[in-house]
Amino acid sequence: MAEMTYLQAISDGLRTEMRRDERVFVIGEDVGVYGGAFKVTLGFQEEFGPWRVIDSPLAETAIVGACTGAAIMGMRPVAEMQFADFVSCAWDHLVTVAAKQRFRAGTPVPIVVRLPSGGGFSGGPFHSQNPESSFAHIPGLKCVCPATPEDAKGLLITAIQDPNPVLFFEHKHLYRRIKSEVPEERYTIPFGKARTHLEGDDVSVITWGAMVYTAGEAAKKLDEDGVSVEIIDLRTVMPWDREAVLASARKTSKVLVLHEDTRTGGFGAEIAATIAEEAFEDLDGPVKRIAAPDCPVPFSPVLEKAFIPQVDDVVAGLRELAAY
Amino acid sequence: MAVREAEPVGSLSEVKEAGLDREDLLGIYRHLLVTRGIEERGHILYKQGKIPGSFYTGRGNEGAAVGVATAMGPNDVGTPLHRDMGVHVTRGVDAWRIFAQYMGREDGPTRGRDGNVHMADSRLGMIAMVSHLPAMLPVAVGCALAFRIRQERRVAVGWFGEGASARGDAHEAMNFAGVRQLPVVFICDNNQWAYSTPTHLGYAVEHLADRAAAYGFEGVVVDGTDVLAVYREARSAIEKAREGGGPTLLECQTLRMEGHAVHDDAFYVPKELFEEWAKRDPVERFRTWLRENAELSGEEEDEIGARVKKLLNDALARADESPQPDPSTLLEGVYATPEDLDTPHHK
Repeated sequence: MAEMTYLQAISDGLRTEMRRDERVFVIGEDVGVYGGAFKVTLGFQEEFGPWRVIDSPLAETAIVGACTGAAIMGMRPVAEMQFADFVSCAWDHLVTVAAKQRFRAGTPVPIVVRLPSGGGFSGGPFHSQNPESSFAHIPGLKCVCPATPEDAKGLLITAIQDPNPVLFFEHKHLYRRIKSEVPEERYTIPFGKARTHLEGDDVSVITWGAMVYTAGEAAKKLDEDGVSVEIIDLRTVMPWDREAVLASARKTSKVLVLHEDTRTGGFGAEIAATIAEEAFEDLDGPVKRIAAPDCPVPFSPVLEKAFIPQVDDVVAGLRELAAY
Repeated sequence: MAVREAEPVGSLSEVKEAGLDREDLLGIYRHLLVTRGIEERGHILYKQGKIPGSFYTGRGNEGAAVGVATAMGPNDVGTPLHRDMGVHVTRGVDAWRIFAQYMGREDGPTRGRDGNVHMADSRLGMIAMVSHLPAMLPVAVGCALAFRIRQERRVAVGWFGEGASARGDAHEAMNFAGVRQLPVVFICDNNQWAYSTPTHLGYAVEHLADRAAAYGFEGVVVDGTDVLAVYREARSAIEKAREGGGPTLLECQTLRMEGHAVHDDAFYVPKELFEEWAKRDPVERFRTWLRENAELSGEEEDEIGARVKKLLNDALARADESPQPDPSTLLEGVYATPEDLDTPHHK
């Protein structure tokens, strides 16, 4: 084991796969000499050369489209979007080409698109978004949202070996803030298996990404009230672990779904609907959602704080549910 | 680097120099006939109500499609579009499977999951197109990138129409290919009409191939109704790419001889234009060339024609026997399994 930041764990997972499997290559804007905007691929070009760590023109469509072609030719491309927000420019190639190719033409497209996502540092409307729900809605795509360094490495390795297009959402706010022990050897973490971040009995929080830590802080305050909170970290939004969510809902009978993406049509709605359909009889209160309000991510720190769900918001929601 | 306008192909000796013997020439002729025959029969099937959805043909583009496909090597790959049936035929897709595809049957290359020319046999080096044109150009560039990374002597061919040239994918693909000098050849099927939109409302340069200079590679304009000239230019571009010489943009000029799809009577295309280009029909043109330059006899012609007719009749009958897809299999293949990667390409 070695202590790694979330960012170092992603680098470590990527480097591990590139050393093990020569089909894996990295492509993106400024990923070579510069090492990527967040330095995930720092030093990679020296180790793997300019044809496995490819600096692309500023062209997300070309990046993802080229990954699709290279994958069909037997490579295992890992594309970096400089910010998750810019994946909108590659939407067509993920949704129209990569997602549907196996279904309609029998041709798998094993690509990974790394997406530095999330807010909390005044990135404004174009450097802060969490677009996982949009892609989780597209049959054929998988969406991964790790919260811990250990998960980030293991899930990235799983993503690279997966025969499907995988969107790997890396929360930027966790990059250097979160540090923990990570196995140095290669390991994988399966998709669709949630992790119990905190065991509890009275109220469940279903969440993923950076909100896992917001929920954790809130749970400490609820503990002072004598309310025991269980936190389920989905790890992957598509596929998602319905069984773990339903089991927790049945155990605590009260569920709060929490995400940093905006509320309407967010993935939390799917989770809440599934709990209502499958575990209605086991509930002692309405399934509650806490999410960002339906507006673009604002720039000003004051406004952004009002936008991203805060610990106090979650505490209030949990107290409301506990008292129901 | 100005655009080059290719000369027409002349004598048999010139063709032999370009690498084709008489057998090859007769093969090209057969592929032209099969291509046109499949689309003519498809049209009848559509009118009989046997083809769901819509129906598209590449009438007028057969020479361009067959010419390029003939120039490709066995391990080269391509992304042919809805006017490029001749590519599928030349690469060896069985006619009966194409009819089964039209009819949405289980034995079509997409097993009823997609329709019309949205198909490809990956074992024959093709990747199935999507409707969003020219989305397949970045994909072709990615194939070429894989070949470059692995240092394989293979070439990718990406098709687009003059209409699709207005979209950003075309620019991003060509720019990236030019920057990295990738082994890819861009084929523009310039049939003058993007649905009802004429070229002057689609782009402002004289030739689309003029754009190649902006990406740092050669642009060539060729008469797309001259299958041999297309072959010669495509071969030269493909071999140049194979030798590390980078991309070429080859613009094949034709006229779309029918509407955008079967529902469209193309009232907006001037009649005189149709009349003018009918004189340059690629199939008739090549037949005449064979008679004049390669001693194609009436007997040979009849024999080839009869064999093609039988092939199409048998293909139709076999396709009609292909079962409908089973609705219980609807969800199969939404996600790939590791076993799905066991293909000639993914290995």
